This record gives sequence, structure tokens and C-alpha cells, in this order.
Amino acid sequence: MQLHLDLLSPPCRSLYLFAEALKIPYEFRLVDLLAGQQYSEEFGKLNLVKKAPVLEDGSFVLSESTAILQYLVQKCSVADHWFPAELQQRARVDEYLSWQHLNLRSHCSKVFLLRLMHRPLMGSEAPKDKLDATLEDMKQSLDLLEEKFLQDKPFIVGNKISVADLVAMVEMMQPLGVGVDPFQGRPKLTAWRDRVKKELGVKLVDQAHEALLDSSGLQQKMQNNTELQKLKPMFLKYFR
Amino acid sequence: MNLGKSTRSEKFQHFETETSAWLRGECLLKAAVSVRMRPDEPPLSSSVAIMLYLAEKFQTPEHWFPADLRLRSRVNEYLSWQHMAIRMHGSKMYWMRVMIPKIMGIDVPKEKMDGALEDLNASLTLIEENFLQDRPFIVGDQMSLADLVAIVEIMQPLGAGLDVFEGRPKLSAWRDRVQASIGKDLFDEAHQVILGAQDAMKQVDPSKLEPFKPKILRLFF
Repeated sequence: MQLHLDLLSPPCRSLYLFAEALKIPYEFRLVDLLAGQQYSEEFGKLNLVKKAPVLEDGSFVLSESTAILQYLVQKCSVADHWFPAELQQRARVDEYLSWQHLNLRSHCSKVFLLRLMHRPLMGSEAPKDKLDATLEDMKQSLDLLEEKFLQDKPFIVGNKISVADLVAMVEMMQPLGVGVDPFQGRPKLTAWRDRVKKELGVKLVDQAHEALLDSSGLQQKMQNNTELQKLKPMFLKYFR
Repeated sequence: MNLGKSTRSEKFQHFETETSAWLRGECLLKAAVSVRMRPDEPPLSSSVAIMLYLAEKFQTPEHWFPADLRLRSRVNEYLSWQHMAIRMHGSKMYWMRVMIPKIMGIDVPKEKMDGALEDLNASLTLIEENFLQDRPFIVGDQMSLADLVAIVEIMQPLGAGLDVFEGRPKLSAWRDRVQASIGKDLFDEAHQVILGAQDAMKQVDPSKLEPFKPKILRLFF
């Protein structure tokens, strides 16, 4: 089984963490997203949507991290709490996984992309009002994560960690890559993140986020980037 | 379309009436649907999560959400992808062509409209080339939740007067199969509201839509 990943991408990190923490055997295949490798002809044959992560299991190719997570859960017979069989608990996981696309994931990614890519791609810093609006959207998503999904429970579904927490955590880490700390002033979410880290393995989570948190490395990557223009169409579409 | 068994217990009364409407896909067109699983718990939001819950709860026929791992994964793959793709692009069309002119009293700038159309077309092309390919339905020979979710989102721009099926014979043929599978009467009934939306909007007093202005300014300007 191969997983095509780039650890700079939150959905890729969720798969990496899941496979590593649960000791699921797989081969790591790098798709360098900042170098535009997802737009290569070869990758396009693997996934027409031209995005990572992608799973290859023999002749079976699957995209979308939440679908891949559920595939791994079923195939590898992991502990029930990751994706509970009990109907209502499972519904809560499905509810979070569905909501997060256009909310937490979208807004945290936008903050990251605006601050990382606007200057290299557009020649100037992102306009302040645009950034402020994105930060406000992110704040609202974080409020919902805290007040609707987590509430007073240790994890989103209850007492045990599930794929919902994994997916939420990696998305919430993303703005840290551009010096925006979503955990600041949020002790509840900070405590939750620490619980999630503990369940997965603190060292493992830190290692998975190493590239993201290496800000000088990231800046350098953007500066020496001959493939930058490949990213422009995606960037423009994302913000139109 | 076999809707499966139903239970008569009190707690589910709230969504029992919703259920048949649900399985018709009608509720996917409504603004918000909530299902109370237990009185002391918050309602279940998110149409996809609700559908999955109902399919399991009412033990609907297997083709809706296949037990086979690979087929089920294909359904999950589509349900995940569609959020940031066809769902977003389709509903944007409705806002841009119907709601914004009505509420703001101006047309959306051509450049923005062209961009939105380009995105919508890209999503439709991906549905045809990646998710349908040469299969009758997204997962194979039988209709699943993926097709149900896909069809209601694809019908949305029609409510804005945009014929997304024009020049897309593959998509049109699939729509016909979905319609036949659900039953034409039910399909038409479910889409009555959205297809009449443009005309219905004409009757609405714009001042009643004032609360939408801040959201529009944030999202579109």
C-alpha cells in the first residue's frame, strides 16, 4: 500500500499520523506540493483531481483523506473508538468530518496560503482587510469547534479519541506555519490538542509538523521556487 | 424506491415525518435540517451525516451505502470531494444570479461571474470524467447516496436559470437514470421549489432580505 503525501498539507498529515500511530504498513511517496508535483502528467494519471493525499492499494486508488481514513479503519480493523460502530457516536464523527471542509479546514488553510503565498505569487503582501476577514472566519470556526463539537468532553465524540479529533487537530496546526497561533487565548483547545498529541504520540506529532513549523525553511522554499507559477491558478481560484 | 422499515418510537417522531422527505432528497434543498437522536443531545446537523445516519437507522437497501469496502470508499470519496467543489460552485451560481441582484440591486461583475462559471464547469467535468467515467452511476450499476447528493447539487444552478446539462450528454444520461431510479414524480416534486425559485424570487420584497447583505459583502465582494 502506498500513500502519496506532503506533510505540509493537513489532510496528508492526518493519514501519516494515523498510519504511523497504528503501525499500519505502507510506503511513503512524496508529492511535493510547493513544487507543483500534483500538476504533473504522471500524478494526473493517478488522480484526475490533482490533489494529495492519494492511497494506492494494489489496483485500487482512492483520494480524499476522510475516505482514506475510513478505508484504513475498516481494512486494518483498528480499535473501535477511531470510528465507532455505535450509530450515534459514528454520526457525530460524520457530522464533524462533513462540517470541517467548508469551515475549520477552509479558513485555516486560507490563513496559511494568504500569508505564505500572496507575496511570492502576487508581488505584494495580502491586503489587510482580506487577511482580517480570513482571520475572523477562522475565529468563528474555532469558536464552533470549541462550543459545538468539543464542549466539555475530552474529545469530540466523548471520552475517547476518534478520527474527528485527528482531522481537526492537523487543520488547527496549519496557521502556525505562518506565525498565526490559533491556540493563543484558548486554553480549552490547547488542552484538547495536548490530549490528542498524547494519544498519537507526542514525538510522532512533533515530527509530522516539523516541516510546517520550520518557517525559515518554508520561506526559503518559496524564494527558491522555480515552479511557483504552477501554483498561481490554484491560489487565484481559492480567493476568488 | 424501497424506503426500508420504520420505527414508531416516540423519540423519532420528530424526524419520522422528515425521513420520507429526506430520502426523497427534498431536505437537501432546504436551508437546514436537524435530527434529534436523543432529547438531551444537540440535533445532528450536516445533510451528509444525517443521510448516513438514516440509511443505517432504517436499514435502507444496501446499494445506497454499500457494505463492500471499495464501493463504500467510492461513496465516501464523492461525499468528501463535493463539499469544496460542486456544492460550493453550484450554490454560488444561485447567489450570483438570483440572490445578489435581488438583494443588492446590482449585477455581479462579469469577471467574478466568469470565474464562478469556470469553477462550476470544472466541477461538472470532474464529475463526468472522474466520478462517473463509463459507469451508469458513481459507484457502479446501482444508485447510491453519492448520486443522490450529486444530483441535488447539480440541479441547484438550474434554479438560477443555468442549464448545466446543455452540451453534456453523459451528465444528462446519468440524470435520466437517477430520475428513473428515484421515480420521475418524486424527482420532479423534490425539485419543484428550486426550479421555481427564480420566479418565486420575483415576488419577494427585497427589504426582507436585508439580513443577507453582510454575508454577501463578505463572501462575494
